[in-house]
This record gives sequence, C-alpha cells and structure tokens, in this order.
Amino acid sequence: MTFAAASHFAETWGLAFAVALFLTAVAYALWPANRTTFDAAARAPLSKDEDDDHA
Amino acid sequence: MTTRQTASDVGYAPLAIGLILILGLALTIWGAARTTDGPFAIQMYTAMAAFLVGLFALVRAYILPNGEAVRTRYEDGVVKAGVIASTFWGIAGLLVGVIIALQLSFPALFYFEDFGWTNFGRLRPLHTSAVIFAFGGNVLIATSFYVVQRTCRARLAGGPWAWFVFWGYQLFILLAGTGYLLGITAGREYAEPPWYTDLWLTLVWVVYLLVFLGTIWKREEKHIYVANWFYLAFIVTIAMLHIINNLALPVSFANYFSYSAFSGVQDALTQWWYGHNAVGFFLTAGFLAIMYYFIPKQADRPVYSYRLSIIHFWALIFLYIWAGPHHLHYTALPMWAQTLGATFSIMLWMPSWGGMINGLMTLSGAWDKLRTDPVLRMLVVSVAFYGMSTFEGPVMSIRAVNSLSHYTDWTIGHVHSGALGWVGFVSFGALYCLTPWLWKRERLYSNALVEWHFWIATLGIVLYITSMWVAGVMQGLMWRAYNELGFLEYSFVESVEAMHPYYIIRALGGLLYLIGALLMAYNLWRTARGDAPAAVAIRPNAAPAAVAAE
Repeated sequence: MTFAAASHFAETWGLAFAVALFLTAVAYALWPANRTTFDAAARAPLSKDEDDDHA
Repeated sequence: MTTRQTASDVGYAPLAIGLILILGLALTIWGAARTTDGPFAIQMYTAMAAFLVGLFALVRAYILPNGEAVRTRYEDGVVKAGVIASTFWGIAGLLVGVIIALQLSFPALFYFEDFGWTNFGRLRPLHTSAVIFAFGGNVLIATSFYVVQRTCRARLAGGPWAWFVFWGYQLFILLAGTGYLLGITAGREYAEPPWYTDLWLTLVWVVYLLVFLGTIWKREEKHIYVANWFYLAFIVTIAMLHIINNLALPVSFANYFSYSAFSGVQDALTQWWYGHNAVGFFLTAGFLAIMYYFIPKQADRPVYSYRLSIIHFWALIFLYIWAGPHHLHYTALPMWAQTLGATFSIMLWMPSWGGMINGLMTLSGAWDKLRTDPVLRMLVVSVAFYGMSTFEGPVMSIRAVNSLSHYTDWTIGHVHSGALGWVGFVSFGALYCLTPWLWKRERLYSNALVEWHFWIATLGIVLYITSMWVAGVMQGLMWRAYNELGFLEYSFVESVEAMHPYYIIRALGGLLYLIGALLMAYNLWRTARGDAPAAVAIRPNAAPAAVAAE
C-alpha cells in the first residue's frame, strides 16, 4: 500500500469508522435503558463489603 | 504480610516465575562475562543479585514448609507493599528534584567535578523517572490492584504473579535509576532506560495486564466499573507506546548501547507520540481511575454523572493519542501534522473539563466535608489542578503561544502544576485513604499533620509554578527581543542570569513540597503501626475533623 493510498483511506473510511465508533460509545452512555445499570454503578465504590471494616 | 496460599490455587505459577528468574540469572551471568563495558557489567551484577534474592524468596515461600494456610478474601499484601514503595520512591524522587533545583540555582556550589554521577545531566532523568515511573507507577499499580478487587468483588487473579509484577517493577526502577547514574541512557526523553531494561519492563507489564484482565474476567459484578476502564486504558496504551517507542537494535548483546529503529523527523514524532501519551495515559488516565474511586468513597457520595464518566473516558481515548505533534512546532515535521496536534489538544478541553466537573460535582451534598476532612480536600484540590493544567496545556499547544513558551521554564511550570498539583495530590489522597483501610485502623494517626501537609505543599506548588511562569515568559521575551539595528537585544547567558532569583524560589517551592511528603510518610508510618490518633493532643481545634471523618 502506498502512502497516498493509506492517507486517503485514513481521511475517508478511517475517519468515518472512528467517528461511528465514538458515536456508538456515546449512544451506549445515553441509552435510556442503561440508566438503572449506571445509577447502580455510580454507587459501586460506596457498596459495603463484609471484608472491609472501613466500608 | 504475604497471604499464604494452598498449592491448588497457585498451580504452576511459582515454577514459571522460578524459570524466569533462572533464565534471567543465566543471561546476566553471560552478559557480565562477555562485556567489555564497565557500567554494563555493574548493571548485570545488580540484576543478578536481584534474581538470586528473588529465587531465595520463592523457595522460602513455596518449598520450605511454613505453617497454616491463611486466605483472605482479597489480596492486600501486594497493595500494602505498593503503599510503602510509593511513599519511599515519592520522597526519593522529590529529594533528587530539590537537589537539581539547587544545582540550577547555585551551579558553583553543587557541582562536584570528581563525582560525575552527581552531574545535572544524570540526576535530571533520575528525578523525572523516579517521580513519574517509580512514585506514580507504584501508586497506579497499588491502587489498581486495590480498586479492581473491590469493584469486581474478586480476588486478584494469578496468585504469586501479582508479586512478580510488584518486585519486577521495582527491579526495573533500580536498573533504570542506577543506570542513569552510571551514564547509561537510551537518550529518549522519559524513556531513558536501555534496551535490556525495556525488555524486562515489557515482560513485567504484560504480566500486569494479564493479572488485571484475569481479575476482571472472574468478577462477580456484572458491570465493569468506570475506574477499571481507565486503568485498563492506561495499562494497554502504555504497553503499546513503550514497545513502539523503544524499538531498537543493540550494537551487541553485551553492551547497553542501541540504535533506534527510527531516524530523523520520524524518530522525533515517535518520541513525542510516546512522550505526550505518557502524559495522557500514565499521568492522566491512570490517575483519573484513582479520582473515580477514591473521591466518591471518601466523600461518601455517588459519582455525579456516570453517563458523563463514560463519555469522558471515550472522548479522552479518541482524542489524546493525536496530540503529540504539538511538541514539534516549527520543526521539520510537516505543518499539517503540527496543526493536527494542536487541534486535537484544543479539543481535549472538552473531556478534560467534563471529567473535572464530574469529579468536583461528586461532592454535591457533601461540600461541608471539605472544611473538616483534609484528605478529601487534597483529592478535590488535585482535580482543580487537573482542570487548570489541562486548560493551560492546550493554550500552550497553539503555535503562536508555543513560539513564546517553547524551550522556556513556562513548560517546566506547566508540567509541575500537573505533576505536583494533580498527580501528586491525588496520589497523596489515595495513600492517606489506603493506609488506614489496609492496616485496619479506624482513622489516620493525625489529621492535623494532613492539614500541615496540605498547606505546606500547596504553598510549595504556588511558589513553584508562579516563579516558573514569570521566568518562562521572561526567557521567551528576552530571546525574541531585537534592538533598533535588528540584532538580538540579549545574549543567551543574560537570560540565564535573569533566571537566578526565580530558580531560588522554585527550589524553595520544591523543598516545601518535599517537607509535606515527609510529614505524610511519618503520618502513614504511625497509622500503620496502629498508634492512637493524636489530632486532639497536637492541635485542639482539629478535634472536629477527627469526629467528622467518621
């Protein structure tokens, strides 16, 4: 693959792919059905653990 | 301290570790025998001694009989060792920093002609590697092992491999640090260790990744908590950066010297792709993981917005990797690549400030704790410094600003507002949290001492960064000043002379920061020993702090 071909790919399909990947991550973060999982996860550091008497 | 394990759950791990140590021993004996290079031989003897001690410890732990097997739910021994190592290396690294700051302030006083190893050129990488990799690295390994176990509700995977990671990493630090003093360097900034030390770190790092992934694999919580994502990004990206940046061909297997696989501007770009992402993934992503666990925990509040934390994570991952070229403005690097680096740096404002807001707002409903809990205050101020230095960085990446700031002490000031304010404070906060948790103490030995640490260190940072800002802008302006005939107004040495008072203020700031760390070490030591809290005795008005911290 030549440099020109590689940079053309990166500037077109590569860019589209990276943007699509990022939008997927944003959609996952904002998806309404995930709200309960995330609300629980936000409290994960606070959950009591029987083996940690400080918790 | 080491948790004893039954033969069934360790499997062949001790045998495999033993084979690695024996192989290492054989290679170092071969290297020491074959080399004609004195410093290289010293490195081989150092590693040889370490492998022998390792073998002895392995035999003692797994072959000689020693009593009942005790198995706790979590492997905390290696985290305790990490807390001790972090404190030790932190003080060592800061001390060397103060020494080289004094060398710059009083070059005639701190220059020892007969002791080449005390030269600034050798001590400077010792300082940067000690604070970034020895202190920061140990904090990251220790906290990641603590956090991944708690948030996955699973014991560390791999049994003795976690200890291999811990001791293997200490050997990496020892070889790198003593190598610099001997004059051994690969000449790549923040990647100065020679090729064999790089190979050893690669092995240790791959095992680290496997231990971390193995623990996530056997988790009992369905969701992988966001702090683990940040840790994982840190481990994976550092592996990639380390391997590619250090691709090199040794001149001989019995010599430290090697040639990089890259040359010219490609080499420069590779080095800054590595260098800036060491900032992005070592000093940022890893320590953000600490923020996302320790701030909610210490404030006893949930993460402000978990959705924002996910977007924060992915935006940081997608943007950071492109920012490196901003270190190469006005060089042979093509203009478009320089512009790309600056553009991505400016885009980084969004995730950086999103993350800062998320960390700060986690205190919603608990702001009053800032008044009474100095550990929480340290963590929160670290996030404020994170916001400040991630604002400053993109400004400096703009070409016009960079033409003034580059090669001046402004860069040093910027780096230290991030390193002392963000990385240092968030690490100290985590160490203050971990020590009573791990040694099962009700609270720290003294909250008053934490107050002293906080204020002395904050004053130190302010002195440091303000003096370097003034010095840097002055240098930049002096270097570009022309007289009416079109000649340079100042010679270079005049700009060096003008730095003198600011270098002294900087050394004072660093000294204050070191004193703060010494207070912390004393406090942590007394806490681990189980001495009674002394807050009331030392300062009566600190008593409410001790009560509120419950």
